[in-house]
Amino acid sequence: MMKFLKSALAGAAIALVASTTSFAAKTDLVLGVVLEPPHLDPTAGAAAAIDEIVYANIFEGLTRIGPKGEVLPDLAESWTLSDDGKVYTFQLHKNVKFHDGTAFDAEDVKFSLDRARGDKSTNAQKGLFADIDTVDVVEPLTVRIALKQPSGDFLYNMGWGDAVIVAPESADTNKEKPIGTGPFKFDSWAKGSQIVISKNPDYWGTPALLEKATFRIIPDPAAATAALLAGDIQAFPVFPSYETIAQFQADPRFKVVIGTTEGETVLGMNNRKPPFDNVKVRQAIAHAIDRKALIDGAMFGLGTPIGSFFPPHHPAYIDLTSETAFDPALSKKLLAEAGHAGGFKTTLKLPPPTYARRGGEIIAAELREIGIEAEIIPLEWAQWLEQVFKGKDYDMTIVSHTEPNDLNIFARDDYYFNYDNPAFKDLIKAIEATSDPEKRTDLYQQAQKMLATDVPAAFLFQLPKTGVWDAKIEGLWENGPIQANDLTAVKWVD
Amino acid sequence: MLSYASKRVLIGIATMLAASIVVFAVLEVVPGDPARLMLGMNATEDAVRALQEQMGLNQPLLVRYFHWLGGLLTGNLGRSYTYAVPVIDLITERIAVSLPLALISLALSTTIALPVGLFSASRRGTISDTATMGAAQIGVAIPNFWFALLLVYIFAVTLRLVPAGGFPGWSAGMWPALKSLILPSIALALPQAAILARVTRSALLDVLGEDYIRTARAKGLTRRSVLYRHALRNALIPILTILGLQFAFLLAGTIIIENVFYLPGLGRLVFQAITQRDLIVVEGVVMLLVATVILINLLVDLSYAVVDPRLRGRT
Repeated sequence: MMKFLKSALAGAAIALVASTTSFAAKTDLVLGVVLEPPHLDPTAGAAAAIDEIVYANIFEGLTRIGPKGEVLPDLAESWTLSDDGKVYTFQLHKNVKFHDGTAFDAEDVKFSLDRARGDKSTNAQKGLFADIDTVDVVEPLTVRIALKQPSGDFLYNMGWGDAVIVAPESADTNKEKPIGTGPFKFDSWAKGSQIVISKNPDYWGTPALLEKATFRIIPDPAAATAALLAGDIQAFPVFPSYETIAQFQADPRFKVVIGTTEGETVLGMNNRKPPFDNVKVRQAIAHAIDRKALIDGAMFGLGTPIGSFFPPHHPAYIDLTSETAFDPALSKKLLAEAGHAGGFKTTLKLPPPTYARRGGEIIAAELREIGIEAEIIPLEWAQWLEQVFKGKDYDMTIVSHTEPNDLNIFARDDYYFNYDNPAFKDLIKAIEATSDPEKRTDLYQQAQKMLATDVPAAFLFQLPKTGVWDAKIEGLWENGPIQANDLTAVKWVD
Repeated sequence: MLSYASKRVLIGIATMLAASIVVFAVLEVVPGDPARLMLGMNATEDAVRALQEQMGLNQPLLVRYFHWLGGLLTGNLGRSYTYAVPVIDLITERIAVSLPLALISLALSTTIALPVGLFSASRRGTISDTATMGAAQIGVAIPNFWFALLLVYIFAVTLRLVPAGGFPGWSAGMWPALKSLILPSIALALPQAAILARVTRSALLDVLGEDYIRTARAKGLTRRSVLYRHALRNALIPILTILGLQFAFLLAGTIIIENVFYLPGLGRLVFQAITQRDLIVVEGVVMLLVATVILINLLVDLSYAVVDPRLRGRT
């Protein structure tokens, strides 16, 4: 009996193997994503889940952001900049068509940009377009954009998902049925379950290598692990279960790729509220945090320590973690100098992500060592946005700032840090007005140093991009310079 | 004089109306602005205001309530803030998963529980009674998400007989769709079956102690036919009550199982809608669940009359 059972099982196993190998030259891919996008219009919502489906796949902008965070031409073939640095003239690609067959031209660019910066705009990144003064159609494939002042970030800004070009014919229905110019077109969306995109046969540029891609929505980390192990999905570009990463690393069927993201995780402090208005208190708090213990404890060892507000993969990055190295004795000394020798009581409001909740416990314990009693208050996202972010009703919080190129948040008036440093604001203005790469690098580094010593927030770690996928897949991004799953170069290899 | 049934219907409608006020009011005081949540941390104030206007959030509370109530009466549940599609469409899509799941689980748990309860009651005090009730106790104690993960590990990851989760949609064909509901319905049914088996047993034991059972035995009926013909029928009332409660629970309380198996059902819809502050969807789903519970209670009440002829005369 046992023998029979064994041979039956072996037979079944062979049949299974045979059935999988017959799919060897695969051109379809099933990917897991944690969050379902609310809708599919990247110009009308902040949810990263939207860009994770549509960016570079369905929608394209004048420029785009590449895998290393670089600015690449996209719908704009080339551009020139006037001598005063204020007028960009873009030359657009020929023979570009939207997925519904309507032709793409300079009118669409004007329409998209005017819509994004108009009065009725619900663009989540409306600030990206604030520098634009006028958009003019010069010729059918030439568009001229005049800026109010020179902007070193303009080409980068035009590469955001929020700045993609849409057609007036389909702009209002993109939420449900996105119509772009990209190498993939939208197929179907079973709400709560999956979104399917397929190759656009009429694509103007290098065609996609996959025929079909399915994004399956799997919010639960344990379910994500099971789905990969069971072969239901073949890739999870931002894998949510740090606990099981080691298991996949040991499994030759899978590739585990740990990259970096634009997510600077910080312990935000209310700089206007005593005692956090005292730089010594902020420095004391930063010195009390053991970043390694935090990353090991809250992130299963994944994540890069940061000492300022800048992504480690950026060419202008400098490692400033030593400025606020772990040193509880120094913390106590700084607290005493600030007049809080015995420590004080405060609160720590935490949004839902694991890094915040677990990290909050660890940081609260470390602060207790130097006499600061931080009461932990867990919040939902909507509450966090209302109380902390908008209301600025908080002492400390932990959050990851996942937007790219967001150093300027410390220069914004009325931002939740309540940080007001004229010198830093001047630096940001200088960066925004500078296009020369070397000068920009220098300014970026000055800004990083200023934040590292002034500690408007304690800088913790850069969120990792934890990719797990079938070992036979190539072309998925290692890093996450923007939150996207660019599938244009993805293929199966044997 | 109002008949029993129409009185029940009127009470049901009044309950619905009261529920609509409570649901609307509770969700309005929940902190968090849906527009701000959608536009995130980099949004400018005028973009947030424009979206609030677009979603109608800047109108007074009462205006919005009556607008919503008016919609409910005409079958229009409004448009989802986040998905931007009619709420009724979302709910219909999700019911196509949740209802079959609940029905299969219910059928499964009843098929397991009734024989087990009967078996146990008829062998009261024996080792087999103790063993089955011990097993049922374990079934009650096991959390269904843990059991679900165990099932996934055995049948999906190791044996690869069924998918680890997800739902291909009924359009993918009967068998693939049913296949993806097998593990979730087992995971849901087991704890329910355990509870139901225990209830069946104790209800039967209560009835078996009644005088008329002794009379039936005394007039010469076998133990077996007393059990089936007299005891079971009279024990059905508490069993039906539990079944009714369980069905409402199955339809509404599947959030955890739907997350473990990432099924696009009602439980996940409402969970997601709450975290995204898609209040209009939450309101729609909750009202639907209220209506379902009222309807099931009505059906259970009416079925009492079927199993217990004494209740039929009442008005």
